[in-house]
Amino acid sequence: MSSDTSKQLLEVRGIGKSFPGVRALNNVNLQLKGGEVLALLGENGAGKSTLMKILAGVQPADEGHILLDGEPVEIKGVQDALDHGIALIHQELNMATNLSVGANIFLGREPQKRGLIDEATIYERSKRYLEMVGLNVDPNIIVGDLTIGRQQLVEIAKALSVDARVLIMDEPTSSLSQKETETLFTAIKDLRKRGVSVIYISHRLGEAKELADRVSVLRDGENAGDLPKEEINHDSMVKLMVGRDISQFYSRTIHKPGEVALEVKNLRTPVHPTHELNFSLRAGEIVGMAGLVGAGRTELLATLFGVTPNVGGEVLVSGKSIDAQSPEEAINAGMALVPEDRKLQGLILEMSVRANMGLASLKRESPNGIFMNDEREGEITQLMIQQMRVKTPSEKQVVRYLSGGNQQKVVIGKWLAMEPRVLLLDEPTRGIDVGAKQEIYGLMEDLAKSGVAILFVSSELEEVMGMSDRTLVMHEGQITGELTREQLSEEAIMQLATGNTEAA
Amino acid sequence: MKTFFSKLIGSQSEGMKRVLGIFVLLMVVYIITAIINPNFVGAYNQENLIRRTSLFGILGIGVALVIITGGIDLSLGSVVCLVGVGVPWLITDQGWSPWIVLILAIVIPMLIGLSHGLLITKLRLQPFIVTLCGLLIYRGVTRGFTGDQTAGFGTDLKGLRWIATGEIPLFPGFGIPFPAVILIVIAIAVGIFLNRTIYGRYLLALGNNEEAAKFSGINTDRMITLAYVICSGLAGLAGLLFVLDLNLAQPVDFGNFYELYAIAAAVLGGCSLRGGSGTIIGVIIGTALLRVLRNMMNMAFLGFQRAEFAVIGAVILGGVIADELAKRAVARKRAAQKQKQEG
Ligand SMILES: Nc1ncnc2c1ncn2[C@@H]1O[C@H](COP(=O)(O)OP(=O)(O)OP(=O)(O)O)[C@@H](O)[C@H]1O
Ligand SMILES: [Mg+2]
Repeated sequence: MSSDTSKQLLEVRGIGKSFPGVRALNNVNLQLKGGEVLALLGENGAGKSTLMKILAGVQPADEGHILLDGEPVEIKGVQDALDHGIALIHQELNMATNLSVGANIFLGREPQKRGLIDEATIYERSKRYLEMVGLNVDPNIIVGDLTIGRQQLVEIAKALSVDARVLIMDEPTSSLSQKETETLFTAIKDLRKRGVSVIYISHRLGEAKELADRVSVLRDGENAGDLPKEEINHDSMVKLMVGRDISQFYSRTIHKPGEVALEVKNLRTPVHPTHELNFSLRAGEIVGMAGLVGAGRTELLATLFGVTPNVGGEVLVSGKSIDAQSPEEAINAGMALVPEDRKLQGLILEMSVRANMGLASLKRESPNGIFMNDEREGEITQLMIQQMRVKTPSEKQVVRYLSGGNQQKVVIGKWLAMEPRVLLLDEPTRGIDVGAKQEIYGLMEDLAKSGVAILFVSSELEEVMGMSDRTLVMHEGQITGELTREQLSEEAIMQLATGNTEAA
Repeated sequence: MKTFFSKLIGSQSEGMKRVLGIFVLLMVVYIITAIINPNFVGAYNQENLIRRTSLFGILGIGVALVIITGGIDLSLGSVVCLVGVGVPWLITDQGWSPWIVLILAIVIPMLIGLSHGLLITKLRLQPFIVTLCGLLIYRGVTRGFTGDQTAGFGTDLKGLRWIATGEIPLFPGFGIPFPAVILIVIAIAVGIFLNRTIYGRYLLALGNNEEAAKFSGINTDRMITLAYVICSGLAGLAGLLFVLDLNLAQPVDFGNFYELYAIAAAVLGGCSLRGGSGTIIGVIIGTALLRVLRNMMNMAFLGFQRAEFAVIGAVILGGVIADELAKRAVARKRAAQKQKQEG
């Protein structure tokens, strides 16, 4: 590998790509030097993932050239890209979760001995690559048993095993814990030292600042500009992405909360059946729920919403006890849950934006509980598309083809359409760009003003601190503390989140 | 009228192209057969063809609902056997009151569907396994209690048999077989259910993503169970009509392979075995295609009738291959057009 880092390793010239009804990329250029970490930023639907998929051979470009070491190359498929040393780690992990770590790393390239898979070699070599990314697990462990963060590292190890020179990571940290994120960053910095170039996509601008040697921004499928290392800061990045200044990121006006809307008494979830949870939520209140990944926050929301029935305790909505054994009952009581995993739990991917938006309110809007109300469905969809600024060619577009952030907006829209009294949000801004984040924060504020009680789980401390009237902190299935706006600090949250209750 | 029709069919445009495709195929096979053997278009044969298509269409519609949920029902043929043999056996051999027997002929299949649905949703057994066992059990039971004896009505129940054998005269020498009326009524009812009611939307949604449907407040277990109940119920109705039509039912082979005809028709008509998509009109055209093919083997390629399965298999395979290729060509053309427009 050449140690001359001034020469361009990878160059993209005039790339264009269209989908039915969408011009995803238009005359896009990009350069990457050896050993450089490039942060690729842009709003939802800007075309980041599409560009990366083209580089990795997942999709062909309609026009334009790709040059490697100054030589034009044609990338016809994923194998082609790998042969050229370009590896993509997808926004969604693609692993055979039923196979071992080693088997995944060498999937499709298994070393053989006398016609049989050479397990010993796989084991040894896997171990080496895993060490490179700072992951200390036995290669024989089944991938499905690892946390998402560790699976991510296995993907990187896999990329290294094919001698990747260009490693593309599409929103790798969106489901990682703080600690896993740190490990990942260490691994990336290590790779840079080895001369591997990294293209890093993220909506967390702090990460770009920490990692990137250079920032390149896409807007509406076109180059919006680059920032050299010295000029990388929050405001300059936002300005390039949105084309305007976003000041006043968190717009909260504190008002007097109303009646108790949700009361939780001695609730026990099936995952942590020995802990009893108690808290309440008032109308017009926004309560944040912080904690480390795996603290039991998602389980709590799922239990409240009747997805996994509780094993004890009581839940009252507006003073009325409900024993939600299914989401249907929770919805009837006026609750809504925006789930953590939009693809698995939030969306019917093969259906249209419109069908998805209407899904949770079908019964409510039906004139007689049997027939659909087409007109209302159309109205609701239009309203939500406008309110949430969903970027879609039409309401008929199949949701699978929307960008990640726009899919998330559809999920949220679906739930707002049923006008909930208690809104549960599980990581609502995951994978969402700054502009849309601000819109969602604004929406939360508006909803709170109109009397909706909001409980939102988030792993982004900044967002919890910016948005909540009160913050509950969980640790291993228990609520370890409650912080008012005055008591709120990153430290106080981390203390409680790690189970240290004395400090608060 | 046009909007009413499209509302009935739903807005699955992908599916509509598919339906058009097999409709063309149906026409081609139809015309070829007619040219080779003019008797094919004779009134007698046409009436028969319509009658058989109607009966098999009822089975296809039922199994389509189950396929839309992402499931499968392999027990249809045995339910047809159970009802088709059971009804004449109870009435003629055992002397039961026809009315009680008719009620049982509808209720028992629905209970069978209910048990399938509950086993699949509550015990989380796989539809393939549950209904495969059903296939074995219901036929075995029928053969057991009748001692493998052929059952029929003889000269009784002429009036009742009219709903299967009767026809509505259209012009001298040709009438619409009454089962076609039954099929149309069922098709419209199920079409409305699937495309105009919230429950139809629920069914399509859960067929695509059961988890997300559940999170949206849909009682997915109940909807899936309902699909199996309707499916078995329609199979029971079809079984009854089959025996009323034929007046003879032999437990060993009555309804044999019918589940496969029904599934094939549904797949030809655009139902994906992955669930979540399908149109009723497609299923009916798919059924008609299979019936015409069979008829063609008997009338136009005498001596090759035994190869019927091979021909049907080849046509289905050819159909889905052509469909897939067409889809890709369309996608490519669209991309090229797009580029030209903008470039
Ligand atoms: N297969 C496809 N068919 C149709 N449209 C598509 C397809 N893939 C992407 N698009 C569209 O192309 C545009 C760019 O999408 P892309 O996924 O690249 O955005 P992104 O920058 O990665 O956004 P996000 O930050 O939300 O992930 C979007 O408008 C999207 O809807
Ligand atoms: Mg993306």
